[in-house]
Amino acid sequence: MAFSSLTRRGFGVLTTALLATSAMVSPALAQTPPGVLVVGQIAEPQSLDPHAVTAVNDFRILMNVYEGLVRYASGTLEVEPALAESWEISDDGTVYTFTLHEGVNFHDGSTLDAEAVVFNFERMLNEDHPYHNTGPFPLSFFFSAVQGVEALDDRTVRFTLNEPYAPFLSNLAYPTGLIVSPAAVMQHGAEFGRNPSGTGPFRFAEWRSNEGVVVTRNDSYWGDNAALETVVFRPITDANTRVAEMLSGGIDVMVEVPPVALSQFAGANYTIHEQAGPHVWFLILNALEGPFADVRVRQAANYAINREAIVRDVLEGTATVAAGPTPPAFAWAYNTDLEPYPYDPDRARALIAEAGAEGAQLTFYVTEGGSGMLDPVAMGTAIQADLAAVGFDVRIETYEWNTFLGRVNPGLQGKADMAQMAWMTNDPDTLPFLALRTAAWPEQGGFNSGYYSNPEVDTLLEAARVATDQDERARLYREMQVIVQQDAPWVFVANWMQNAVTSDRVEGFSLEPSFFLLLGDVTKN
Amino acid sequence: MGGYILKRILSAVPVLLGITVIVFLIMAMIPGDPATAILGSYATPENVERLNRHLGLDQPLWQRYFTWLGNLLQGDFGRSFALNRPVLDEILDRFAATLILAGTAFVLCAFLGIAAGVVSAARQYGPADKAITFVVILGISVPSFFLGMMMILLFAVKLRWLPASGMYSIWGGGDLPDLIRHLTMPAFALAVVATGVIARLSRGAMLEVLRQDFIRTARAKGVPERRVIWGHALRAAMVGIIPVLGIQAGFVLSGAVYIEMVFQWPGVGRMLVDAILKRDILLVQGGVVFIAACYVGFNILVDVAQSLLDPRIRT
Repeated sequence: MAFSSLTRRGFGVLTTALLATSAMVSPALAQTPPGVLVVGQIAEPQSLDPHAVTAVNDFRILMNVYEGLVRYASGTLEVEPALAESWEISDDGTVYTFTLHEGVNFHDGSTLDAEAVVFNFERMLNEDHPYHNTGPFPLSFFFSAVQGVEALDDRTVRFTLNEPYAPFLSNLAYPTGLIVSPAAVMQHGAEFGRNPSGTGPFRFAEWRSNEGVVVTRNDSYWGDNAALETVVFRPITDANTRVAEMLSGGIDVMVEVPPVALSQFAGANYTIHEQAGPHVWFLILNALEGPFADVRVRQAANYAINREAIVRDVLEGTATVAAGPTPPAFAWAYNTDLEPYPYDPDRARALIAEAGAEGAQLTFYVTEGGSGMLDPVAMGTAIQADLAAVGFDVRIETYEWNTFLGRVNPGLQGKADMAQMAWMTNDPDTLPFLALRTAAWPEQGGFNSGYYSNPEVDTLLEAARVATDQDERARLYREMQVIVQQDAPWVFVANWMQNAVTSDRVEGFSLEPSFFLLLGDVTKN
Repeated sequence: MGGYILKRILSAVPVLLGITVIVFLIMAMIPGDPATAILGSYATPENVERLNRHLGLDQPLWQRYFTWLGNLLQGDFGRSFALNRPVLDEILDRFAATLILAGTAFVLCAFLGIAAGVVSAARQYGPADKAITFVVILGISVPSFFLGMMMILLFAVKLRWLPASGMYSIWGGGDLPDLIRHLTMPAFALAVVATGVIARLSRGAMLEVLRQDFIRTARAKGVPERRVIWGHALRAAMVGIIPVLGIQAGFVLSGAVYIEMVFQWPGVGRMLVDAILKRDILLVQGGVVFIAACYVGFNILVDVAQSLLDPRIRT
């Protein structure tokens, strides 16, 4: 064996390869053609079966491929007709009867009829359904109030609820309520999530693992056809790489731009879009034991933390200061009279002195990052400093997101005085009902990890849930917000504005309060 | 020879079994479970329990282990919770991408490293040696993910010569030139550290050989210097270099994790990081066992290659 010749041959091969590489490096990379939109997503979708997923990231794709019986009207969180052209609600609020649009077909050619709708909900809710095993369906409890679904005729479908449940319609507008093609589920079984078929303006074309999901225009769409020919959703998990791709022209739309990177897109070549959504970032205070058992100390924490500074300096203006438990994006249910607690450390010190809690030691749970948590470590540090300024000795314990949830969700008792948390919901009922009621204490299966309890709030929330009149519901929620703000079970910190950047080739793009991405009207030149 | 190979393969069995136990126990012990990861904010104890039951995670630990191991031995790696597809499909897809990346980087670092080492040794303390040593130390010292980020900024964002991330263009492309364009930056970034290490060690190995009698003899009998270096000396030095190549191949493979994150290369390293964060138990377990098996297999190959070069080892 002659190593000399082998090595020299090797060098030859290597040199050739290097030359070939440099020859293929063209000065300007090929741009994607007009009509083809490349969206930079934050992760690979889990599945394209809307009943099987929980992440906003996946919803961005799904909302363009599927439709529900109802949807949120553009720019709001109010429900309007979609696949159902109309509906009736019985006076007691337990029977919903929907009339379906005529002549709507799934992408696989099968017809959308009442039986198809029944199939969708039976698959999710009925454990004996032959296709229940194509799950799991983690958010099926959104429809746990549904007692039965029946097809009255081809175009009429009736839901019977076991009790009045006002959020039912907005839950139907959520991705968990999107309607999938029964024929496609039967054909693909557990693989349906990779072979999706809906009724939306785009049909599924291809899923290249970890490279992208491709959807193309549905030319036989029952509404107005989409302007774009093709949309490609590319998963780019690293935020810096996503920014680099946007700057190098590899993607046309980028969602969830890191606050620190926003300034890079200030020029005329890009448009920055911002939209407040149904998100609230708060601190759960342990109202059961320790200093925060006293309402004055909880209020003091709200006065002591400089939310303006956090929103401006840590979040670079990508959020607004939260006033109460309900995000302003729920315009119809939000109490506009509510003023956020002002930053007033002197008042905080006075309240703390009154309660005799000076110099208390606090344990504060912080997460490294998680869904909707924004920049939790930096925010946690800022909060720690603000609380130190009014005399608290705050000890931070940081956990990875899943570990964090595993510690916080079972309740803070015996472990911590405060914990970070953030929620994004589709109905003003969800968060307070699951996280503020007495009956939602952790041992009863809720998320009231700080053990807040006020019978008045309980009554208001129960009443709002069964009220069928939206104005009446709104009144109850507004009243609830005033009481909760006063009781301060949480420090209300921020309402996040989601953002996106588009290149100058993209037109007609806007973000929705629902955090969904609807691309039907978007064009690309 | 056959007996030697068989012995090496048999000795790998307990190693692999041990790995299945370790990775299984680690996944069972770390806090958080897939149901919590999937449900996020909605992870009520009730929902978590329902979902865990659906995923078969409510069974006792030992039972889950033996079910998993039994299926594994039949080639069934199970189904990923987070990706909704068979674990083995995902691993094979992703492993192919990693092999392309790590393989290219390995070929690059082996050739460049050995060449640099040989040249350094042949011109010990000369200007070439000093220049190479400087570059090599620089290469070893710069973290590869940082180098990767800088390369993206320069070649993708500023100059727009190369795509910033991914393996193929998402639109058009998909052919070999497209792959090479996407491969160039991550392969170089990945190769840099290993090139440095191989160059240092090759230099040392060569210097030792060059001092030996048979080299002096070769020179004395008038063999041209180039043949002395690249023929006689390098061949003898390779016995010392090949085990280093084996170890560096392992480093290149594991270093691919960072590079895959930076360049969004759809490889097995990025897959594992995502899977761990999502508590995608079966994917993590399957991925680790698969990689371990490859590692063990590669080491057997290295041992065999070495025993071919140096029969004394084969005892």
